[in-house]
Amino acid sequence: MPSDGFVGPEIEWFALSPLIVLVVGALMLLVVGALTPRWPRGLSAVVAASIAGAGGVLAIINWTAIDDGGPRTLVAGAMAFDALAQFITVIIVASLILVVLVSDDEVRASGADEPEVYALYLLAAAGGVVMGAANDLIVLFIGLESLSLALYVLAASARRRRASQESGLKYFILGGFASAVFLYGIALVYGGSGSTNLGQIIAGFQGSVTTGSSDALTLAGIALLLVGLGFKVGAVPFHQWVPDVYQGAPSPVTALMGSVGKAAAFGAMLRVLVIGLPFFRDDWRPVIWVLALASLVVGPLLAAVQVDVKRMIAYSSVAHVGFMLIGVEAAGHRAGETDPGSGMSAVVLYLLFYAIITVGTLGVITVVARAAGGDTSLRSLAGLSSRRPALALGLTVLLLAQAGVPFTTGFVAKFSVIRAAVEAQSYAIAIIAMVAAIVAAFVYLRIMITVWMGADSEAAAMLVGLEVSDAADAADAAAAAAGGDAGRGARLAVPSAAGVAVFVAVVFTVVFGVEPVWFVDLAQTVTEYAR
Amino acid sequence: MGASEFPILTALVLTPAIGALLVMLLDARRTELVKLTALVTSVITAAMSVWLLASFETSDAGFQFISKHFWIETWGISWHLGVDGISLFLVVLTGALFPLAIVGVDPHEPTGSGNKRYFGWLLLLQTGVMGSFISLDLFMFFIFFELVLVPMYFLIAGWGYENRVYAATKFFVFTMAGSAFMFVSIIATAFIGQRSGVGQVTFDLVMLAEQADFAVSTGRWLFAGFAIALAVKVPMIPLHTWLPDAHTQAPTVGSVVLAAVLLKMGTYGFVRFGLYLFPEAVWWSRPVLLTLAVIGVVYGAIVATMQTDLKRLVAYSSIAHLGFIMLGVFALTTQSLSGGVMQMVNHGISTGALFLLVGMIYERRHTRQISELNGIQSVAPIFAGFFMVVMLSSIAVPGLNGFVGEFLILIGSFPTARWWTVVATTGVILAAVYLLWAYQRVFHGEADEANRGFAELRLREAAVLAPFVVVIVFTGLYPKPMLDRIEPAVDRLVAHVEERSDYRAPERVVVGEVSGTPDVTESED
Repeated sequence: MPSDGFVGPEIEWFALSPLIVLVVGALMLLVVGALTPRWPRGLSAVVAASIAGAGGVLAIINWTAIDDGGPRTLVAGAMAFDALAQFITVIIVASLILVVLVSDDEVRASGADEPEVYALYLLAAAGGVVMGAANDLIVLFIGLESLSLALYVLAASARRRRASQESGLKYFILGGFASAVFLYGIALVYGGSGSTNLGQIIAGFQGSVTTGSSDALTLAGIALLLVGLGFKVGAVPFHQWVPDVYQGAPSPVTALMGSVGKAAAFGAMLRVLVIGLPFFRDDWRPVIWVLALASLVVGPLLAAVQVDVKRMIAYSSVAHVGFMLIGVEAAGHRAGETDPGSGMSAVVLYLLFYAIITVGTLGVITVVARAAGGDTSLRSLAGLSSRRPALALGLTVLLLAQAGVPFTTGFVAKFSVIRAAVEAQSYAIAIIAMVAAIVAAFVYLRIMITVWMGADSEAAAMLVGLEVSDAADAADAAAAAAGGDAGRGARLAVPSAAGVAVFVAVVFTVVFGVEPVWFVDLAQTVTEYAR
Repeated sequence: MGASEFPILTALVLTPAIGALLVMLLDARRTELVKLTALVTSVITAAMSVWLLASFETSDAGFQFISKHFWIETWGISWHLGVDGISLFLVVLTGALFPLAIVGVDPHEPTGSGNKRYFGWLLLLQTGVMGSFISLDLFMFFIFFELVLVPMYFLIAGWGYENRVYAATKFFVFTMAGSAFMFVSIIATAFIGQRSGVGQVTFDLVMLAEQADFAVSTGRWLFAGFAIALAVKVPMIPLHTWLPDAHTQAPTVGSVVLAAVLLKMGTYGFVRFGLYLFPEAVWWSRPVLLTLAVIGVVYGAIVATMQTDLKRLVAYSSIAHLGFIMLGVFALTTQSLSGGVMQMVNHGISTGALFLLVGMIYERRHTRQISELNGIQSVAPIFAGFFMVVMLSSIAVPGLNGFVGEFLILIGSFPTARWWTVVATTGVILAAVYLLWAYQRVFHGEADEANRGFAELRLREAAVLAPFVVVIVFTGLYPKPMLDRIEPAVDRLVAHVEERSDYRAPERVVVGEVSGTPDVTESED
């Protein structure tokens, strides 16, 4: 240690610029918003989207620098500057832009068209970016907390809806608990390895044969880290918050959790487990296997019995998490080796495609639910095809993509993780995943049936044949559709910003489902990481 | 290689898809224009498939009209299309069937939502089926195989009968459940192939089949994954339960397409992917597969006899016929396999036509119950005549196409699968029982009050059915052109199986330039 006082690390400002833009942008939004008179409608959304876009552009510029100069660490090893970090950043800002578009109308309607909401979005994104790039467990924790705190507030941001308040509180209590567990895990890993820096943790184990006692400490720490990460990604059995929070939070915020939240959490998981703890891969890999299995089984099964679309999406997100965990498990087979296999690239590819699909799906639900007075039950979608054929078609494409139908990005995503699992010879989990995908497909089919056939009572009766337990619900669906057509007018209004977001998501899903090669090659690059 | 540089196979796959897109862009209220667009696209596809048939190199056993481009090079996936004697007639059938179906049947519309989406889904379905038959890349095959589910699901669920959503969902879930295993198998084949002689991760069927040398147990596991998916599609007992529901509830066009080409994706898949990729595994699992095939023949026939619903009867007869095809495929002689391939097409023609006719009966009488139909022959003799020819083809009466296929299957299977063949032969008799009995109940006797007004065959309907009847009779009397194209490819496949497994084909029963055909033509004389 230098005795003449603290010497700060050298900081490469440009390499950190995406993060800086997001944070400064958020603060500027808050300060300027507070000091100026009321902004014109929609301006804060435009500003927020522009800030996110600027962050994305900077991340891409940095990415090309990495391609040329190779990965390295920043700020004295605290942050990684590699393709994985940039990939996660790009996923986050891309989803953020779409979420902002979806939010615009919803936020205006709730009477909160102020910069604060968007500032929180940007802070959440900044936290996510930190999580994806953190090369130090403490830095990771800071990112995790900024993301989580922003999301707690956002979940409760629909001030007039009690469900929103409840979801915010629930998320806060459970999330705070998980953060504490995660922090305790960090402490134990520090005790076992002597550092919180991933690079130094690895160096420590590389150099010496570890003693039994420190191993036990590290293993206990890893177990607690897994609990914390499992909670953040929403894997079974740490998924209980997911349906309640997804349902209660405003739909755009749900979209934010499903895209930015997932990308950040999985980025952190890859960073901690695959990059930081390859020496313990045989210890954490079986745990991931079990988490994946549980998520794959429980998610679709519980999704199938829901009557609320957002709860369905929540449980189906649990199934998607199971799929991504398969990729992590596959990456675990070769973690730390010079040929790391394709697990990591499969996970990031899945994250990207899933984020866009989720935001699109929840975008449609936002629009429909707003017209139905905040009702997100399955019946609110009944007969959407006759009211808004284009919107119904868009939703159908997105649901088919979630089900993994060919020529959508959803299929490419599923293919990439199953491919990684088979490459790692995890055949059992691959087959289980595909069977789980069928149950999940059934869920999406159910939503699609409601969308396309809910309008006439005959088809609604068909739903009764399909789901005996839903007899009353289906009858309601018919009534709601019939009454709704008369009451709300034949068409429901689609705000242009949300419409654009859904359109972009659908086009992205189809175009890159047919021609995914560019993203596939891009995802390959994340295996050259820094530490 | 083909005579022309024009990528005919790519065009065959893409034309219906483009048609579907065009249809979706049209104004839904202009129903005539929508139908015309769909028809024109399908006629173009049909014309191209006929051109393909005409310029097919008869004696060439390998793949023709090959089109190969990398799609996702990083993953070893390529857009690899090709056609040989085994797939040729299925491609032509797929091409020719859709325009007939579009002209022949108007959509039954329980939802009243117009015909735009109906034709859109129908054309997309054609793309999927066509793609499955000409893909020479495992990944592409799987994509098309899965793609078929979506339009078929919506066709059944949107334009079917009373219980359509249940039937559509059952169809979707069954098929997708099977595909799950094939999906993992396909990926595993590519990766294990890399270590077993191919040297790179590739999904290319030809490279894998010719270069990969799978360990015995590995090959069997991989084949098991394929077999489950394909057996659901065929369908083989006991995975058949989705079929009667799907057929009965589907709109007429759905049933026609399902019977004529969709089920063939399963049998074709066994020939193209099962036999070609995993000869040893097929040889090893042959007793089980043959037994299931024969159970299908007998069970399908017996259950068909018991049906009260005409459409359900035809559906169960499909199970029996596909059992015959599977018998021919797994008996593994050139004759039996040629018969199997030929029977795939024959069944498509005769059962497709039967479903069309049943659909016409339903349009007139709004019932499919055999008990409510009687004496139709006296009020609509021409209709009855067409029904008779098609039905006799399905029974496999000599002189019609069904006979050639079934006869080849039985004579070809006898040397290698004797007792299975013996049992399967009873299926021929049972087919006569259920179909003739049904015919007798529906068409003979006095027409009662309800059936007296049964309308005679209309010109449009006759025009649609005529091609079916012409092909039925022509192939029955002169199967040589068809067999000439099928046999070289089948011979090559059997040689491939012999080379890579313990199987040894028996000496030919009939030695000649074209084995098998002399028997058939003699029996005609």
